[in-house]
Amino acid sequence: MNFDFSEEQLQLRDQARRFLTEHSTSKRIRQVLDGVAPYDRAMWQEIAAMGWLGAAVPEEYGGAGLGHVGLCVLAEELGRSLAPVPFSSSVYLATEALLVAGSEAQKEELLPKLAAGELIGTLAWAEGVGNPAPERIKARVSGGRLTGAKWPVPDGGVADIAIVAARDEADRTVLVLARLGGAGVHPETLSTVDPTREQVKLSFEGVSVEVLPGDGWASLQQVLERAAVLTAFEQVGLAQACLDMAVAFAMERHAFGRPIGSFQAIKHKLADVYVATELARSNAYYGAWALTAGAAELPLAAASARVSASEAAWLAAKENIQTHGGIGFTWEMDCHLYYRRAKLLGLTLGSAPWWKDRVVTALEIRNAA
Amino acid sequence: MDFEDTPEEAAFRTEVKAFLAANAEPKKRGAPPSRSRNVGPEELARAKKYQGAKAAAGLAGLTWQKQWGGREAPPIFQVIFNQEEEAYSIPRGVFEIGLGMCIPTMMAYATQEQLHRHVSPALRGEEVWCQLFSEPAGGSDVAAVRTRAEKNGDTWTINGQKIWTSGAQFSDFGIMVTRSNPDVPKHMGLTFFFLDMKSPGIEIRPIKQASGASHFNEVFFTDVKIPDSQRLGAVGQGWRVALTTLMNERLAIGDVPRPDVEDLLDLTRIVELDGEPAVRNVAVREKIADMHVRNQGLKYTRFRTMTALSRGQTPGPESSIGKLVNAAKLQEIASFGMDLLGSAGVVMDKELAPMNALFQEALLGAPASRIAGGTDEILRNIIAERVLGLPGDIRVDKDIPFNRLPTGKR
Repeated sequence: MNFDFSEEQLQLRDQARRFLTEHSTSKRIRQVLDGVAPYDRAMWQEIAAMGWLGAAVPEEYGGAGLGHVGLCVLAEELGRSLAPVPFSSSVYLATEALLVAGSEAQKEELLPKLAAGELIGTLAWAEGVGNPAPERIKARVSGGRLTGAKWPVPDGGVADIAIVAARDEADRTVLVLARLGGAGVHPETLSTVDPTREQVKLSFEGVSVEVLPGDGWASLQQVLERAAVLTAFEQVGLAQACLDMAVAFAMERHAFGRPIGSFQAIKHKLADVYVATELARSNAYYGAWALTAGAAELPLAAASARVSASEAAWLAAKENIQTHGGIGFTWEMDCHLYYRRAKLLGLTLGSAPWWKDRVVTALEIRNAA
Repeated sequence: MDFEDTPEEAAFRTEVKAFLAANAEPKKRGAPPSRSRNVGPEELARAKKYQGAKAAAGLAGLTWQKQWGGREAPPIFQVIFNQEEEAYSIPRGVFEIGLGMCIPTMMAYATQEQLHRHVSPALRGEEVWCQLFSEPAGGSDVAAVRTRAEKNGDTWTINGQKIWTSGAQFSDFGIMVTRSNPDVPKHMGLTFFFLDMKSPGIEIRPIKQASGASHFNEVFFTDVKIPDSQRLGAVGQGWRVALTTLMNERLAIGDVPRPDVEDLLDLTRIVELDGEPAVRNVAVREKIADMHVRNQGLKYTRFRTMTALSRGQTPGPESSIGKLVNAAKLQEIASFGMDLLGSAGVVMDKELAPMNALFQEALLGAPASRIAGGTDEILRNIIAERVLGLPGDIRVDKDIPFNRLPTGKR
């Protein structure tokens, strides 16, 4: 039985943790929060220089070829540290979309640049309220030109390219590659619950795009499944960070003549956060295995990882504030940064009801087989 | 990251599979689980025969020293054995406590002579052991033992009552913790013994549980004599010995209790809600997903524990969450399954209630799993204190002699 990170992966984790502890500080996160910049460019460049962006990209496309488990290791640390960079959009979404559905030419051109951080990418699937569904996709591609409005698009203002879900002339769902920044693309920054991760409305007016080969809806689901596993590791890292914060505070803070961590009301709450986090971690590990092995279980493993991790991150973030009491609700304390991010991560790939339905659908398919 | 055995593990797994194929009955798919842990004479004989076969094949006491009939195998071998056993209908509830808790305690405290007398018959399934800790006034507060032990010459006289003793009615020997000095604080006045369960003055009465079944006993002691040579640990040091016992709780890879998520899925296909199978209903699907995610999370938590063992490491604290999660999940699945049946959910006639009243039976038995072997509350305390490192609760009974503690009316 070998169901855990390897020695090399644990070393990678330690390196990542050291770097992010030093660089992804509250001060630097708050510069993005306060609107000084849409993301931390210096951190982004260092992360690119360390090769993290191409961790799971095969070496033939300019990546490090560490495999998806290596990327999962990094994702957990990025989640723990709330790193204010467009990593998830560029790596879990755009890079994975190209790996899943890109043409050979698109992969050869774009993957090395994404891996090097020369380009930032994102995925634009949503068009307002609702979870992913083919009938909600109204953006149209006609004669190689894209028209429609996608929102919210994570990092849509800083991205150079976007993989966009749209309908073609035959009313089929397709994924298309749009180069942003040119004429006909109108980005509008949205106000969001977590300003450390930019959300944008992207309006396209007859923008020239390339259609990715294959069934767009099937590809989109695959991309969301892969991103769900990777995001689950971010959520597990975030949950653990919240639990660590809450435990540290509960040991220090005295009330009624004793540390509040000696009250069972606090102990049992934090024990429940621990249980949820460990269940989420184990579900995420299974997702990492399925993703790396290219296993047929991926749809079930990914949906389970997402449901479990969204629950754990939300529980840990809200109970962290609760454990802190009034001080935890101040702007100066970092509790609200985790609270905001936890909710964002639980929504960004579609919310829990949609993924729960996918868990049961996957169980039904498995049992029918 | 994968699920592969090492070559040694794979070879051992092959050996276990061959043993089980020759000595046990495979579980029947779709058959309702046997919920009765009432071990009758036939079941006892079957359990003893199976244990004997295990010992003869060198598959009992896997991690024990060779001089005691063990194999000195790494703990992962025990996990592999338990995993393979899950596919078979194994007689349970007879040897787990004796071999998992009593004999390991004996190994830590008994004399060589005593071990030569007792270990081998226990391992071969010839003698059964039970554990006498809980009392009416000491459940979660295990050290609040009142059963008195008084020394006269080389003999101790025991008077009092134990409760929730599994298997007392067919046990040959037992280990017990007693109060030898009530004038000192709670943890300091305890003394630990092993004893012959056929000794004069022992009376065993089955407890009728809230579910109607009887899996446990009350054991009454009236002037029961135990020679001082059967004391384990020093006089007044019984709490330390008891902790040894509690630390030896076996690496449970126990069966997932039924009804499980698959049973709930089956039920939601049979039962209709608003004119279609219940599984089409959004609320039902959410509940199934919630239960599946907890179930799968526990399954892969066990694989993480196995990985630590396989790599020769001590498993991390994640192994402590199993019972807490499983017990609550069982109760929730049972209750939700009955909700799907409307008013007919109350009916337990096996011909009328879907799936042989599996859900109703589980609902009535479920409270026990949230209490036995550590209540939900005690388990949360353990996680908070030993895993998260939070401070212990303030103990008001710490420096007060045991016989001066307030006792309440219950």
